[in-house]
Amino acid sequence: MYTTNASRGLPRHRSRYPAERYSRWALRALVALVVLATLWLVLAFHLHGQPIFALLFLMLGVALGVVFSRRRLMSHRYIFPAVAGMALFVIFPLLYTVGISFSNYSSSNLLSEERVRSQLLSRTYQEESATFGFQLYRTEAGVRLFLEREGDSGEAVDAGKAQAEAALRGVTRFTTGPIALEGEGQRHVQIHPGGEPAGEPLAMREVIAKRDALQNLVLTTPDGLELRMVGLRHFAPMLDRYEARDDGSLYDRRDDLLLTADHETGFFVADTGERITPGWPVAVGLDNYANIFLDPDIRGPFIQIFVWTFAFAGLTVLFTLMVGFVLASLLQWDQLRGKALYRTLLILPYAVPAFISILIFKGMFNQHFGEINLILDALFGVRPSWFTDPWLARSMLLIVNTWLGYPYMLLLCMGLIQSIPKDLYEASAVDGGGPLTNLFQITLPLIIKPLTPLLIACFAFNFNNFVLIALLTGGNPDILGASTPAGTTDLLVSYTYRIAFQDAGQNFGLAAAIATLIFVLVAGLALLNLRLAKVRV
Amino acid sequence: MAMVQPRSIRLRKLGAHLSLCGFLTLILFPLLLVISISFREGNFATGSLIPENFSLEHWALALGIPWERTDGSVVQPPFPVLLWLWNSVKVALVSSLLIVLLSTTSAYAFARMRFAGKGPSLKGMLIFQMFPAVLSLVALYALFDRLGQFVGWLGINTHGALIVASLGAVALHIWTIKGYFESIDGSLEEAAMVDGASAWQAFRYILLPLSLPILMVVFILAFVMSIMEYPMASVLLVDEHKLTLAVGAQQYLADHNQRWGNFAAAAVLSGLPITVAFLICQRWIIGGLTAGGVKG
Repeated sequence: MYTTNASRGLPRHRSRYPAERYSRWALRALVALVVLATLWLVLAFHLHGQPIFALLFLMLGVALGVVFSRRRLMSHRYIFPAVAGMALFVIFPLLYTVGISFSNYSSSNLLSEERVRSQLLSRTYQEESATFGFQLYRTEAGVRLFLEREGDSGEAVDAGKAQAEAALRGVTRFTTGPIALEGEGQRHVQIHPGGEPAGEPLAMREVIAKRDALQNLVLTTPDGLELRMVGLRHFAPMLDRYEARDDGSLYDRRDDLLLTADHETGFFVADTGERITPGWPVAVGLDNYANIFLDPDIRGPFIQIFVWTFAFAGLTVLFTLMVGFVLASLLQWDQLRGKALYRTLLILPYAVPAFISILIFKGMFNQHFGEINLILDALFGVRPSWFTDPWLARSMLLIVNTWLGYPYMLLLCMGLIQSIPKDLYEASAVDGGGPLTNLFQITLPLIIKPLTPLLIACFAFNFNNFVLIALLTGGNPDILGASTPAGTTDLLVSYTYRIAFQDAGQNFGLAAAIATLIFVLVAGLALLNLRLAKVRV
Repeated sequence: MAMVQPRSIRLRKLGAHLSLCGFLTLILFPLLLVISISFREGNFATGSLIPENFSLEHWALALGIPWERTDGSVVQPPFPVLLWLWNSVKVALVSSLLIVLLSTTSAYAFARMRFAGKGPSLKGMLIFQMFPAVLSLVALYALFDRLGQFVGWLGINTHGALIVASLGAVALHIWTIKGYFESIDGSLEEAAMVDGASAWQAFRYILLPLSLPILMVVFILAFVMSIMEYPMASVLLVDEHKLTLAVGAQQYLADHNQRWGNFAAAAVLSGLPITVAFLICQRWIIGGLTAGGVKG
């Protein structure tokens, strides 16, 4: 066999051609640049608390550096970009998905624990034990607010009040400059300690008239404490609701509760047992898998969808093979004229982009003004409800998918039939065999063996035929009583997609667990395929 | 030509033609229907296959031109179809160029060189290409979401993310090109290397010019596959003006508001070039699709 090994391992001389020398240096500089960029990404991911992604890019950068710096790995340079692409966008997502399946990653457990903590710590509430009564005074440039402390400003009874007292520093009276109470949206206004402005305060009905503008006011004391309106007569300070304790727990000032981080469930839990959202993702072991097989609300739909997925893929292969095989046999008949035209027209469904033809069928099968129901109505007086009846929806999917898929089978069968020696048919004709005998006794047995791996690939493709389901039925009609979004025409892939990306409770963990189960199935099919096809490399 | 002919041959030929024509009518009906509807007035499906009220309204709207009806009202185009088409073409062009680049160099190494881990990586590629991207969408979403925090053009809702993500699907193309390279005799490159060419030069100046046809095929194949890509684009793209055609087109047939006529024009407009390109290149594409993926 021809190889280029000869040049490997030898010392490389400085090239005689300047152009080659420069291009070598350019290549080296490029590789160095890419390595540096990757390392910068690693650092960025590491600093943002994303160790898995940092590790991924670290491996990528190191591999890049090693492959392009060692002469011994010369051949690997050629395959490195493609292998890296596959590793990054096929293999890593696959492994990451398997990883997610052991966690409770979902829309309620989305952020990291640090982000959840800082989000909670930035929450505020109105401390109503330290309220200020207020009056409005009209001036030429607008109104001035005058706030006076109400209630006792003495002994602090709870933590919230203590914080408010500390921030107020004993000041009991504040005023603002003249402000125009107009416009939409929140406004921040500085207030400062001061006495009552001159003049008469506005009457209550005028305060009521300005209520909307007042509610949008955020008054800020010189110490940074914010006050907002509560009720028609009062302003109250906005305080941080949670206080971080040294042991990692949070103290809820408003409700006087202690929140401890529960690393089993990924939530902060109050003394009362209440969970505070949002939470963070934690490992939950095999819980997602247990849910699939034990929770009746998930298990029922899952098994139903599982069976339908197999039926759909199997029947699709069967129907497309039948149509394609018969047509291919017909087109190989050398008595028939106009074969090229027939062939071109017959593969048209394959040439039209699938996302367009699927949508065409969606319109045609429309129950109210689709062409198919118009024709059926005119001929037989029936208007089947293709999209609301589960069995009709399933038949529709099979019809459309046969339309989409038979040209591929036709092409495969035509190629294989051509390789059958013609004298077999001659011998059959001598013995008096008809066309049906030829078809089932000669053609089919001879092509089925080389066809099998391709049929398995076709089965695997239709097993995961997401585009058809997503564009035609979207999985509808729904399965009743399912706790996850599940439809009677959903395949496992579209079911997974809906759990992950539709609906409010995006349950990535459960979706990943189902995806992992499908990975196992697909891997089995792929290995079977490889064995049957006897791939030599 | 078979020597022994049954007597009923003429009848059977007629039967074959009739059944083929009947089947073709059934198969081509949806396609003809859509062309007809695109020239028909209104958004509801009524009327004959040859439009009675001929109207270019849907075509004008599909091309982004506001249409003035006879009663004086002006209809604005519902969706930016041409923009979607341009997005699709843009993404497909860049990603298929990159795919050809990556898979050619890899295929060269796989076809001509011996190195550690060659067999396993080829087999591994065959296995991994069977895993659908839909299933790892959560992970891909997370990956691009995080990448987007540091590299703007690789985040969610960018075409960069879509292009880069398509680079994972090179296995099929590597196998196709590798098969072609193996059919070319290596002695030409050997001669070049005896005369002092490096491996890269032998590849660049000898093998590459010889294999232009297969590179064209792979390019077109990758282009068509990228145009038709739906799941990744549906998750990665958000804004209406960023959508590709495959994701955007379904908005015409939303459950509550079906714009059947507008859809038909947009479908013909965008589907026709792809269909024609496919038919012109069918010989090579089909060879690649059936033989390249799995060598039976």
